[in-house]
Formats: sequence, structure tokens, C-alpha cells
Amino acid sequence: MTTREETNRAIARLERSAATKRTARRIVVFVAFVVILAVVYSGYKAFGQAVGDVQTDWPGIGRFLPRTDDLTMPPVIDIIAEFGHNPQRNSDKPLAAFIAEASLFTFREAALGFVFGVALGLGLAIVMLRSKWIERGLSPYLVASQTVPLVAIAPIIVIWGSNSLDWLPFTWTSWMSVSIIATYLTFFPVAMNGIRGLQSADPASMELMRSYAASRRQTLLKLQLPASVPYLFAAFKIAATAAIVGAIVGEISGGVKGGLGRLILDFASRYTTGPERLYATVIGAALLGIVAVGCVMIGEYFVVTRKQQGTVTL
Amino acid sequence: MSEQQRPAVVIDGVSKVFNKGKPNEVHALDDIDLSIEDGSFTSLIGPSGCGKSTLLRLMGALTQPTGGTVTVNGKSADQARLDRDYGMAFQTSGLFEWRNVTENIELPLQLMGWDRQDRKERAAEMLELVKLPEFGGHYPRELSGGMQQRVAIARALAFRPSLLLMDEPFGALDEMTREHMQTEVLDIWERTGKTVVFVTHSIPEAVFLSTRVIVMSPRPGRIAADIAVDLGKRTFDTRESQTFFTKITEVREALRFEDGKG
Repeated sequence: MTTREETNRAIARLERSAATKRTARRIVVFVAFVVILAVVYSGYKAFGQAVGDVQTDWPGIGRFLPRTDDLTMPPVIDIIAEFGHNPQRNSDKPLAAFIAEASLFTFREAALGFVFGVALGLGLAIVMLRSKWIERGLSPYLVASQTVPLVAIAPIIVIWGSNSLDWLPFTWTSWMSVSIIATYLTFFPVAMNGIRGLQSADPASMELMRSYAASRRQTLLKLQLPASVPYLFAAFKIAATAAIVGAIVGEISGGVKGGLGRLILDFASRYTTGPERLYATVIGAALLGIVAVGCVMIGEYFVVTRKQQGTVTL
Repeated sequence: MSEQQRPAVVIDGVSKVFNKGKPNEVHALDDIDLSIEDGSFTSLIGPSGCGKSTLLRLMGALTQPTGGTVTVNGKSADQARLDRDYGMAFQTSGLFEWRNVTENIELPLQLMGWDRQDRKERAAEMLELVKLPEFGGHYPRELSGGMQQRVAIARALAFRPSLLLMDEPFGALDEMTREHMQTEVLDIWERTGKTVVFVTHSIPEAVFLSTRVIVMSPRPGRIAADIAVDLGKRTFDTRESQTFFTKITEVREALRFEDGKG
């Protein structure tokens, strides 16, 4: 008995250290990838500068290649340095602080949108699970909803939010409208993967539940939902990035101040006086996306991986 | 044995036709009459396509007959299902991979509204019964196939059903594990006094386990022979005894006759 327990503890220890190693390896690979990207970028720029941008005249691919002047491709070192410069004349706040604040603002919108999107998507998946007819009837509308251009509905939602929601017990602010836009992009992958996942329960297990005379609700909670967890986390990762994109696009097209969207719009309009600012902000937005997916992965670790070490690969 | 009691299962003129009226119509079962005594161990054996699994599923109301009636414990099979009169074990253990062993055994108890303390005690009791007392905290993927099947049996018996329906539960196990599991199941049967209906395609397995072997023939599924077995208390030597071999021969002959016809 004791030896078995000892063995199990040893296995658990090994699995934990393997998980730590996996995480460390992932970080190393990520950093290496960023470095390689910077080297390629700088290498191309140096090459273009040395040959006087003749590559843009190459037959065929030439027209797709960017020029290498500092306005089109600011040097990597300048982009990095720009994080420390202050973008406004009347303040000494560095750009990094601006980006961090805007990221937080956008993240809040995206997070709220993500939560609502997950709830809506799961709700739709459960409704579709109830009947093949509802699934068939609803699916085309769900697909159609995603082909409607976001830039068109974003202003509508922002205006509707500020004009029609004054009856709410709290004051509706425009960032909440942006959350609705993020919800709009988030619910779709959750609904689609959710229905797949709910239907993925083993038919033998479904019969087992039937043999227990389990109710539909019990079957959903004890079998179908747990069976759909791997599908759901795959969807959550897509949804997390979609929520960030939705929030940024929502801010831009809804004219909402305070987030990354506004910052990007600002710096894009002043591009010629400082392209590094826009580059730096785009890097900030990318990092925010990674943080969002990271949050989902942490959730996945606690819900799935820690319980079943090794059975789920992120 | 209490012969006076009403039978656990009564199959009366049961037929099952799949895809009725379509070109791919299949007569899985044709006019089956069968009565299974309370507390007996009955095996259904036959080549694939003889409808033995379908017959078992009819008893569990997992499928409905196209003709005839199935009565379990004096009521309709579906009512027996709703009353949770039977436990079921399939070829694949069907354990939920996100639940540990104890949680798997507790699943039916949870669905049936047992409180936490009762569930815990019952799960421990069942783990004792299937001789896996120290594995409650393990996840199914950490167990061997034989251990998983034992957990599935513990789960099927946890809520004290009077009837245990088993569909080739040891079909995926190797021969050694299989023989070991057969002894285990017999031990559980002797100790609990449940009625067991057991589907298999192994002749020695059917003979070793059962008080009665129902031999079925395919297309359409019919009962070809009904063979009573009395091996007394099974021991290691039972598998080498003359009565064991005689019964195996008898079952094999019943199956060969059917093969010759088809």
C-alpha cells in the first residue's frame, strides 16, 4: 500500500516538473521567435538600405515588398526606445504608460464582452442541443451574424447604448457598448464549438445515463457539459482574441475614447511625425491578445490539466 | 434458489425489426419467448448478428420491441428503467474520464439524490466489493482495462438494482485478466444474489459463469438451445473438470448445428 502511494506521489512530482519544463520551453520558444522576427526585420531593412531599395523593382514580387526608409520601417531600436518617450508635449508620461492604461481599458471591455459572449454562446449551444430543428433553423442566422461588417453595426450599438439605455439602474457608459460589440464576436466560436462538444458525449455514456433514468438536465450537467470542456477551451482561446479585436475595432468605429483603438487611430493620423508610436502600440495590442489567451490557458490548467495531468495538451 | 418467486424478466413473443419497410430491413429478433428466474445467472451466446445484444437492450428499455412485450420485475421494461431496477455494464467501461473512481461510482447515486455521506460510504463499500479499495482517488486512465471494468461493475451495482445487465463486459480484456474477472463476477453474484444477464461470444465464459446458457442463432435472431449448467461451487479446477468440458461441447454443438444451417 505505502509503496503504491509513494509511487503515485513520485509520478505526480514527475508530471509537475514536466509541466514546468513545458511552460519554460514555451516561453523560450516565444522569446526566440520574437528575436528572430526582429533580426529578419532588421536584416531586410539593412539589405534594402544597402542596395537602395532595388528589391521593390524586382519582377513579380517586387511590388509586394515594402520600402526600407525609416518612415515605412522604423528601426527596431527606435521602436523599443519609443516606449520610453512621451507622446504628448505637455506631459512627461512615457508611451509605455499610455499603452498600459489603454490596454487595461480595452481589456476590461473585452473581458466583459468575453463573459457575456461565453454565456450567450453556451446558451445557444444548449438550446440547439435540445432539437435538431432549432439547430438547423438557427445556424444560418448565426453564420450570417458574423458576416455583417462590424464597422457598420459598432456605431449603431454605441448610439443605441447611449440613447436608449437610460432606464438601467446604473449609468450606461460607452465602453459598455464596446463590450457588446466584443460579445458579438465572442459568442459565435463558443456556440459553434459548444454544440460540437455537447454532442461529443459517448453514445454508450448517453445510454448509461438513460439506464439511470437521468433527466435531460442531469444528462446535460453530468455528462454533456463535462464532455464538451476540451471543445469549449479551444473556443475560449479563439473567443479571447476575438474579444480583443472586437473591443479595438469597436472603439475605433464607435468613437470611444480611452482604449487601444483610440490610441491606434490617434497615432495612425500622426504617422508621418512618428511611425514608431504606431508600431509600439500595435506590439502592445499583440501583447494584450497574448495576455487574454494566457488567462484562458490558466483557467484551462485549473479546470482540466491539473486534474488530469498530461491528458490535455494546450 | 427461490423457484417460487416471479421471474425477473419475461420476454413474450418479442420481435425486433430494424429499418422496417426499407430495403435494408433487418430482422434482429423473431418471436422470442424467454423467462429468466430471479437470482439466476443467464448467458446469451451466439455468433454476431444473432441479436443477443439487442435482446439485452430490450430488457433495459434502451430500445423498444417491434412486437411482443418485455416484462421486468412484473412491470414494463421502461417502467423498470424509470424505477432503476437494473444496472448496466458494457464492453467499454464507459467511465467518465473527468471523474475519479469514487466519483464515477457515486454518479448514479448522485443522480438518484443520495446525500454526500451515504454516497461516500456506499462507494467505499463497492470498492471493497470489487477489490480496489485503495484506488478511489485515481482517474480511469490510470487503471488497467480489467480494473476499469471492475469500477464499471461497482458503478452498476452501487444503487442496489435487482438486475445486472452485462454486454460483453470482458470482451476487450486479455485471456488471463478475463478468467480472473469471471471469478470476481461469480463471487459478486454469489454474495449479492442479483439476477445477472450476461451477453458473450465466448463459450467457456458462458459455461463457467452461468446457471443457464441461451444459445442464439442469427438472421433472424432465434433461441436455438436452452442449456442448464450446474458446476456447483467454481474453483480453479472447475475449468479442467469433465462436466465443464461436457457442457462446452454441448454449447458448441448447439452453435455448430446453427452454423451448418446458415
